[in-house]
Amino acid sequence: MATRSMSSYDAIVIGGGHNGLVAAAYLAKAGKRVLVLERRHVVGGAAVSEEVFPGFTFSVFSYVVSLLRPEIIRDLELPRHGLQILPLESTLTPLPNGDYFAAWADHDQARQELYRHSPKDAEAYDEFGRLMHHMAMAVKPIIGMVPPDPTSLSPKDLLGLGRLGRHFHGLGDDKFCALFKLMTMSSADFLEEWFECEPLKATKSASGIIGTFLGPRSPGTAYVLLHHYMGEIDGAFRAWGFAKGGTGGISEAIASAARTFGAEIRTEAEVSQVIVKNGRASGVALADGTELKAKVVVSALDPNLTFLKLLDPHELPDDLVKGVRQFKFRGSSGKVNLALSELPDFTCMPGRGPHLRGAISISPSIDYLERAYDDAKYGEFSRQPYMDVIIPSMIDPHMAPPGKHVMSCFVQYAPYQLNGGWNDAKREAFGDTVVDTLAKFAPNLKSAIIHRQVLTPKDMEDMVGLTEGNIFQGELALQQLFFLRPLPQWAKYRTPVRRFYQCGAGTHPGGGIMGASGRLAAVEILRDW
Amino acid sequence: MLKVTPFHPRTAALSQGQAWRRWAGHTVLSSYELYHDREYSAIRNAAAMIDVSPLYKYAIAGADAERLLDRVLPRDMTKAKLHQVMYTPWCDAAGKVIDDGTVSRLDDQQFRLTAADPNLRWLHHNAVGMDVTIEDVSDSIAAVSLQGPTSRDILKGIAEADLDTLRFFRLTHASIQGIPATISRTGYTGDLGYEIWVDAGRAVELWDRLIDGGEAYGITPAGILALDIARIEAGLLMIEVDYVSAHHALIEAQTSSPYELGLGWTVKLEKGPFVGQAALAQEKHRGPAWQFRGIEVDWESLEQLYAEVGLPPKIPTVAWRTSAPIYVQGVQVGYATSGCWSPLLKKYIAMAHLESRYARLGTPVHMEVTVEHRRKEAMAQVAKLPFLDLERRRA
Repeated sequence: MATRSMSSYDAIVIGGGHNGLVAAAYLAKAGKRVLVLERRHVVGGAAVSEEVFPGFTFSVFSYVVSLLRPEIIRDLELPRHGLQILPLESTLTPLPNGDYFAAWADHDQARQELYRHSPKDAEAYDEFGRLMHHMAMAVKPIIGMVPPDPTSLSPKDLLGLGRLGRHFHGLGDDKFCALFKLMTMSSADFLEEWFECEPLKATKSASGIIGTFLGPRSPGTAYVLLHHYMGEIDGAFRAWGFAKGGTGGISEAIASAARTFGAEIRTEAEVSQVIVKNGRASGVALADGTELKAKVVVSALDPNLTFLKLLDPHELPDDLVKGVRQFKFRGSSGKVNLALSELPDFTCMPGRGPHLRGAISISPSIDYLERAYDDAKYGEFSRQPYMDVIIPSMIDPHMAPPGKHVMSCFVQYAPYQLNGGWNDAKREAFGDTVVDTLAKFAPNLKSAIIHRQVLTPKDMEDMVGLTEGNIFQGELALQQLFFLRPLPQWAKYRTPVRRFYQCGAGTHPGGGIMGASGRLAAVEILRDW
Repeated sequence: MLKVTPFHPRTAALSQGQAWRRWAGHTVLSSYELYHDREYSAIRNAAAMIDVSPLYKYAIAGADAERLLDRVLPRDMTKAKLHQVMYTPWCDAAGKVIDDGTVSRLDDQQFRLTAADPNLRWLHHNAVGMDVTIEDVSDSIAAVSLQGPTSRDILKGIAEADLDTLRFFRLTHASIQGIPATISRTGYTGDLGYEIWVDAGRAVELWDRLIDGGEAYGITPAGILALDIARIEAGLLMIEVDYVSAHHALIEAQTSSPYELGLGWTVKLEKGPFVGQAALAQEKHRGPAWQFRGIEVDWESLEQLYAEVGLPPKIPTVAWRTSAPIYVQGVQVGYATSGCWSPLLKKYIAMAHLESRYARLGTPVHMEVTVEHRRKEAMAQVAKLPFLDLERRRA
């Protein structure tokens, strides 16, 4: 034991979430001796699968995948380590009048269904898809780029800015204008320029509010909409999938790749502090008192924990501390995981069908979503929340015992700053609201529930350390993106403490199971080596 | 489920191989019989009956109907006579083709536009401020195409209409044994032929009348495979095969102007303002970068390529819709988009986009062919479109 505590690593990564694991894998692949320290008994962070109830496995927090960078899949050979992405075929939006709106994967079917609601929208849909394809193409290079500092005159920054300028110039006027609109408008306004069908607009605009404390009519949400369009699976934009075994399957695959490259991963190893000597990180201290040495320390935690918990704020510049305090987390979503004895039977589309292999979105209208936000604005959880529901056991039968099912409900809004704070009674009341809302569309749901796990933003903070329960390690708001993520001057994965780096989703390009932050951080660390 | 056409109860019953395919969100048959040979022959030898109901159809009516169409189509709609049908492409503001179809003047203020793609939104966008109604009648009107040398005789036997005076690209209102119909002398085969438009509710009845009346004249239901060969022989374009709609193209290079598709004759630059006019005028002045031409593959050359591996020449059994590079002296100068063996002309033909300077008729080129898994270049030459120009089509 004594020798182990003395052992020295090239790099220690704090936090075994997917970004920490990606960074570790890249560093190990480059030949570095890497140790990952995870506080929990399981790696994955918020991308984790757990058998919450005997026989029922849940993607406890994050539940779908699209944004995972293809270069990471290739570089780390993730399929060889068990990554398998299964298709998520459709989105069903049940409506209060007993009808539904379905977005099917098949183009002809999708068109036919949309035509039923609005012939004009059926045509606009293709054109909109083409625009978003162009927008995703326009933003794609930015995602893979270390943000240049626009205030810097260093050759590298100027080169990066020059590249960026050329890139935007090359877009052409119309695409540049569309991108500008996406960056500034609300998702509702942006979509209203295209569509008239309410459930279509609402279901699409929901992508723009996920993980933010904003409503569909808040400016800036159109960008989050685009962020969700940038996902690629097998080269196709806007493809969403479900990872076999749940999102923990992705983390396990990355961890397996990291181990193959020689990284060591320790669970139940909570780091209490980064050891800093002469302005330079030299190792970490664990909660149990063990000290571990490393040439480089990398934090996969969010900016709040990275700067204000792992470091002593007194050692940091004032403006940085202030910046971190101003950084907006404001968790706004909850998660309800249900173990079911039978499938939900939706009144609008009864019985077993392909719709149960896709997402079910509770987003009948923009007004519905905005009202859900209204509740949250004033410190209450939504009385009628937005929900994105999937039934993973319909896609991967291993998630539940034969004939039984698991259901994942992503719910918004559940504000972290709830009036009076979260407690057990409020949590259960929130869970009841979710079940009641869903049961209006699938009346058999209540009697089908065997077990229920309700997670509030407070629970997410307590369980996986996401400050204020923000699923993106900080809102994907314009003022917190690119060279501003997490803070101006500190957007290149470095920190004021030499040899101490950040690699979490709180850095560019941010949240979702993307891995890009982890990869870009590793690239920068190796550049400094 | 995809949609089925109004003729489905009859077409499905005749399908021998369940060879269904998609067309505009509908299921239609590739061929009724196991092999499409006889169905093609009916087009050129007797009469083929082709369910073309999946076409998009728009009823455009009102005081400004002519004005709207004149604005969105490059053809001069003020010259469209009563009961005249016009073939036409239409373009976006950059003068790139969005779609092609036919426009029929049913009445002074009433038109029907057929299209390969949905165009409702596009039409509405251009109709702002006009006194016009645009109705999507795609599902309410069934259409069957009767094509081939005996088609007129069949119709004369069952339709109350003056078919002897019905000229090429004209229509007439008729009653087919009590079924109200519009008969237009149009088609997608380059042969003598008619398209019959009826209320979708009467479609099955119409089918039965045609079969009964056509039996003595060799009437044969035909699927898309047979039609595909006939339309290549006739040099007729297919959207998403021979050109990419400007509404679908992801990059500018995928788009084509009417001049580049051999449709310059449809563009009336001197008429009133229309969508794409300025860009098209510029292009005409500049000269188009591409031309759409026929390609005739040299038989001896093809035979030689196969002989080199010890095989007799193999010709495609169905029309292909993949892209085949066209070379001049080893440099790619274009690409063929559709090709087939023409059973009538006894030639291996294809339609191709060629850089203008290589598009002169008779220019020797090479087309890529795959011989026993290996890519080869067969000698070919640039030919005039259409390959087939039948007298009876217009007579």
